[in-house]
Amino acid sequence: MSQGKHLPSILVPHHKNTAGRETEVMPIPDVVRISMSQSIGAPCKPLVQKGDYVKVGQKIGDSDAFISAPVHSSVSGTVKDIVPFRGSMGGTETHIVIETDKEQAVSEEVKIPEINSFDDFIKAVRASGMVGLGGASFPTYVKLSPKNLDECDTLIVNGAECEPFITADNRMMVEQGQDVLDGVKIIMEHLDLKKGYIGIEENKPDAIANLNRLIEQEGLTNVETFKLQSRYPKGAERVLVYEVTGKVMDAGVLPAQLGIILDNVTTVAELGRYFRTGMPLVRKRVTVDGDAVNDPKNVFAPIGAQIADIVDFCGGYKAEPKKIVMGGPMMGRATNSDESPIMKNTGSLLIFGQEAAQVKEETACINCQRCHSACPFGLMPQIFAEAYERRDVDRLNKFRVMQCMGCGSCSFICPARRPLAMTNTLAKGLVKEAMKK
Amino acid sequence: MEKTRNFHDKLIVSSAPHIVTDSDTTKVMGTVLLALLPAFVAGVYVFGGRVVLLAIACVISAVGFEWLYNLITHKEQTIGDLSAAVTGLLIAFNVPASLPIWMGVLGSFVAIVVVKQLYGGIGKNFVNPAITARIFLFISFSAQMTTWPLPRTAASADAVTGPTPLNLLAGGETSKLPSNMEMFLGFIGGSVGEVSALALLIGGIFLIWRKVISPIIPAAFLGTVFVIAFLNYGFSLHMAIFHLCAGGAMLGAFFMATDYVTTPKLPMGKLIFGIGCGVITMAIRIWGSYPEGVSFSILLMNICTPLINRLTYKYYCGGGKDEK
Repeated sequence: MSQGKHLPSILVPHHKNTAGRETEVMPIPDVVRISMSQSIGAPCKPLVQKGDYVKVGQKIGDSDAFISAPVHSSVSGTVKDIVPFRGSMGGTETHIVIETDKEQAVSEEVKIPEINSFDDFIKAVRASGMVGLGGASFPTYVKLSPKNLDECDTLIVNGAECEPFITADNRMMVEQGQDVLDGVKIIMEHLDLKKGYIGIEENKPDAIANLNRLIEQEGLTNVETFKLQSRYPKGAERVLVYEVTGKVMDAGVLPAQLGIILDNVTTVAELGRYFRTGMPLVRKRVTVDGDAVNDPKNVFAPIGAQIADIVDFCGGYKAEPKKIVMGGPMMGRATNSDESPIMKNTGSLLIFGQEAAQVKEETACINCQRCHSACPFGLMPQIFAEAYERRDVDRLNKFRVMQCMGCGSCSFICPARRPLAMTNTLAKGLVKEAMKK
Repeated sequence: MEKTRNFHDKLIVSSAPHIVTDSDTTKVMGTVLLALLPAFVAGVYVFGGRVVLLAIACVISAVGFEWLYNLITHKEQTIGDLSAAVTGLLIAFNVPASLPIWMGVLGSFVAIVVVKQLYGGIGKNFVNPAITARIFLFISFSAQMTTWPLPRTAASADAVTGPTPLNLLAGGETSKLPSNMEMFLGFIGGSVGEVSALALLIGGIFLIWRKVISPIIPAAFLGTVFVIAFLNYGFSLHMAIFHLCAGGAMLGAFFMATDYVTTPKLPMGKLIFGIGCGVITMAIRIWGSYPEGVSFSILLMNICTPLINRLTYKYYCGGGKDEK
């Protein structure tokens, strides 16, 4: 199926350098730092104390808040410290620092979940610690239990991976295709969904072929792969919904309100794996690339592994790193330290040297409107920037700044190198601030 | 292996995205210069070597005035973006080949200093600098600005200057009009860069292909000129084509009515802008006291641009449905 209509998009260089390489498992580092802020919801409270011995899969952090997900230890070892850390999200997070014993002893808590009801299913999803692994970190159990569940009939699995460099989802679909289908089947069964689509950009023929083969092998008639254009940002939730169903999804609207359950492909596969093994989310496939790393590749790293250790496994730094991005180059965050640990939602680490790291000098706007043409939603970033400079909240609202999803296409395409995506974010903050008053 | 680590707080932390396109303002303006090349070559061929001198003088003075202005006002240098070079070349394109050099330099001063820099430099001017300079020169030095050297094909021992086709048309001497093929190729009197419709068309299509300009304004502008001429001369295809190739229609439509800064932002606005230019051009040509109206039409539509923007803004488009 294809509804044949597309939202505006841009061509970005793909740089999928690591697409052909099998994922390698990195050795357990001496120390891991597990953040208590790994979902978009409330941060977790540590359930362990300094000096405690923890095992793989043991729950070490949780919260009572509705939107939250527990955090598990990815290693066995001793809790060395519980400390605050200035994280890549800008705020201060609590880290549980664990000295590993490299035994990887598995916790007694790890067991295959028993499911007798929908409630059991949702509880198990929460217990898995699963969050949106595409980057949004929205707790998966919340997504899978919408209020209007009976109105939902479609599952869309997001395997677009439209960000340059990242190939982790691609490798996952090639190496763990069965997990994807297991996850799809479990979700569709428990949520009683009629139809499933796995959206993949057409620059991943191996992944598409592998999943098609498995779908055919299992005789699944209500699940199909959906080829997306290899353009940015086809993997943005609202864009993907439109490309697959033709339904317009405004900002602030959840896919469920349109009858759609939408999850990242790695989230779905990790769920499939969890229901088979009972092991919660404790390791992540991370693409390591960039011009300042010696051996770019996909790495299975324990969640909490520090960037420096992962880079060491990739042959170390090729040149002095000047910028380290957690996530893709379009929407990822630059971290201030290579001691930062990877999180559940970290799909890639981009290590940039001197030249690639430089922020290009900004020049005057020439009103070319490429920012507007590039915007999937036809917004006008140039006007946002002008209005933000004047702190004109009415004008920002009039031009629907809150519809911006921060994909960064406007900044990418701007010939004057204006940081439009940043101004959009600042403008949205200003509008939110004004709404509070 | 020794561990290289702890690049704590030595890293650049900047907002996403962390990669940007290769294109920049200099490349955009460079593409425009490249697109002007065929018309320049045609101008040199038709009017001779003096065109080169005039063009060099206009370009160097335009860039020089911008450099000097930035120097005096302690502003960051912007001449590297090549926009002043484009303006200078367009001024040379918009005047007769015989224009005294100092007048061209004065035109550059008006365009760069008065129209562009005093309003804040690139991106801030509200009318097209080259067009305004042309109109300034036209009003100030009407004799020199309407003395047209003959094209090499028409030059003879006893005459070096003559009327442009639009002069002939305005004077009612329709029997002396050149053929449409001569008009299309550019073997006619007129401003340096406007004579060869063919050369301008090549440049214009190149700009559209390189996605530097949108085809909407040229298509709407030239389409309107065509339709009005066709109707005005009693369904005359011949006169419709004549008006497309005459005067500054092609030069204006492709290179000056498409200036980003002074034209509407959105497609609907561009359509209105282009139609407006066509209507005003033809109104002046048919009923006005001047034989040619392209520059006035673009200037007037430049002034209407903020209003057109207001009327044509679209606020959000989530896929097909436009919200007002």
